[in-house]
Amino acid sequence: MVTIPVIAVLGVVLLYPTSEILRRAFTEFDRPQVGGWDNFSWFFSRPVNVTVLRRTVTVSAAATLITLLLGYPYAYTMTLVRPRVRTLMMSAVLISMFFGILLRNFSWIVLLQKEGALNDVLSAFGVERRTFLGTQGAVLMGMTHILFPFMVLPLYGVLRGIDRRLVAAAESLGATPRRAFLQVYLPLSIPGVFAGTVLVFVMSLGFYITPQLLGSPQQAMISQFIYLQFDRGAAFGRAGAMALVLLVVAVVIVGIAQVLVRRSRAYGESR
Amino acid sequence: MIDESAPGLGRRARHVLCVLIAVWLIIPLFTIIPISFSGLKSFAFPPKQWTLDNYRNLSDPVWWDALKHSITIAIVVSLIATTLGTLASFGIVRSRSRWMGAVRLLILSPQVVPIVIVGLGVYLVFLRWRLVGTMSGFVIAHTVMALPLVVVPVTASLETFDRNLERAAASLGARPMAAFWQVTLPSIRPAVLTAALLSFLASFDEFVLAFFVQSPSYSTLPVVLYRRMSDTIDPSVAAVASIQLTLVVIGVAISLIRQRRIERADQARVT
Repeated sequence: MVTIPVIAVLGVVLLYPTSEILRRAFTEFDRPQVGGWDNFSWFFSRPVNVTVLRRTVTVSAAATLITLLLGYPYAYTMTLVRPRVRTLMMSAVLISMFFGILLRNFSWIVLLQKEGALNDVLSAFGVERRTFLGTQGAVLMGMTHILFPFMVLPLYGVLRGIDRRLVAAAESLGATPRRAFLQVYLPLSIPGVFAGTVLVFVMSLGFYITPQLLGSPQQAMISQFIYLQFDRGAAFGRAGAMALVLLVVAVVIVGIAQVLVRRSRAYGESR
Repeated sequence: MIDESAPGLGRRARHVLCVLIAVWLIIPLFTIIPISFSGLKSFAFPPKQWTLDNYRNLSDPVWWDALKHSITIAIVVSLIATTLGTLASFGIVRSRSRWMGAVRLLILSPQVVPIVIVGLGVYLVFLRWRLVGTMSGFVIAHTVMALPLVVVPVTASLETFDRNLERAAASLGARPMAAFWQVTLPSIRPAVLTAALLSFLASFDEFVLAFFVQSPSYSTLPVVLYRRMSDTIDPSVAAVASIQLTLVVIGVAISLIRQRRIERADQARVT
């Protein structure tokens, strides 16, 4: 009973509009497309679309991997340090997160531009000034910076709950610290890794602002292309087809990740 | 002190890495503050002329209107999302229906579906319903994005809530509503307040959906910021960013200090 208002709201404002845009993929066409799956054959027949789709997946995977490699040791350290230090570490994450996605992009524009602070530092070492904006590096820098909190928070939530006495027990039974970590601690942390990785990866797939502001057309991601279809030609059919492709990619990759995690857990339990 | 029991794993290297990450998270945000006092129409760092003009320019009604809209919308969204989300959390946690898994998935889906897809759909539908460029349009769209941020903490808190307290209240003659207001709500209040705060912030920061709902005559602060950021070099963006950064730092500091005090009080009670 109490869930009915939410279901009603989400049905009207989320499900209906989303299905509406996806439906257009099969009902609305711009010449030379006329019907059926034409919008999809249009999408896959143009190399630039495929390139952008592939780039979106690669860049998202790279951003996810970097945030995981930085976020895991950060969250791990947070579980070990004194409460005061932990508060400081947490506040760094929260301040960055609550500052807002748009303004964090803005700070990177300021830093990475030709007259920016990064160039000031580099030119002090005799490196010639150049603009970092409009490079893949700038986009990745902005994305990882924005996504970092979304990796650390779920990770920390899980790591905090892991009983360190299990690691101590493994060590007292003769395991080296490295082995105790790899065989006891790491497997217990997998749910957190999964939660953070999936959230960050799927968020990256939909990134729009960062590649738009820090990148150039050479770094365009699929969200920008979807928006262009709408903005330039109100080509809702093509936009819908792109949206459906993106959605399928997201669901398939998340599904694969879920199966892998479940399998690794089953493997761990069977031993 | 606990840290000493976890040697190996390159403790020192890990600590250095964490310090670097914290610096990377925070320093880019603060480079905006000197820029906000720049007297030149550039983001050169550090500024060569200093002025307060960028702050004076904020009296422009464009900024005030945008700020007023953003705050009003965020307050309404926070109230609606917290109420609906808390109700739905009760349904999800208490109901034995098999459908509740699906409901939870539906509520969380805005975090997973790439936002441009939702935005395009919302635009199509809102155009038909004449909600584009209206406050109701913004409120409805932002509520969808805020609901996951309510349901996650509130369901977590409800799952640990001891229902025997409610039964005790009932056995002492409390009607269900009285038991809810006097027993259940007070004990899940921290989660509900967190939810209200998070949904306020999510609405205040929402950009992509707002970009689809805005009209030239009615938009929110992020939309105006984005326009100023992408069209021209406008140091008043830096002034807005500096104000927001100051507020965020104060807010995070207050909430973490309060949390530490609560934790310390708990520890004192235990020992």
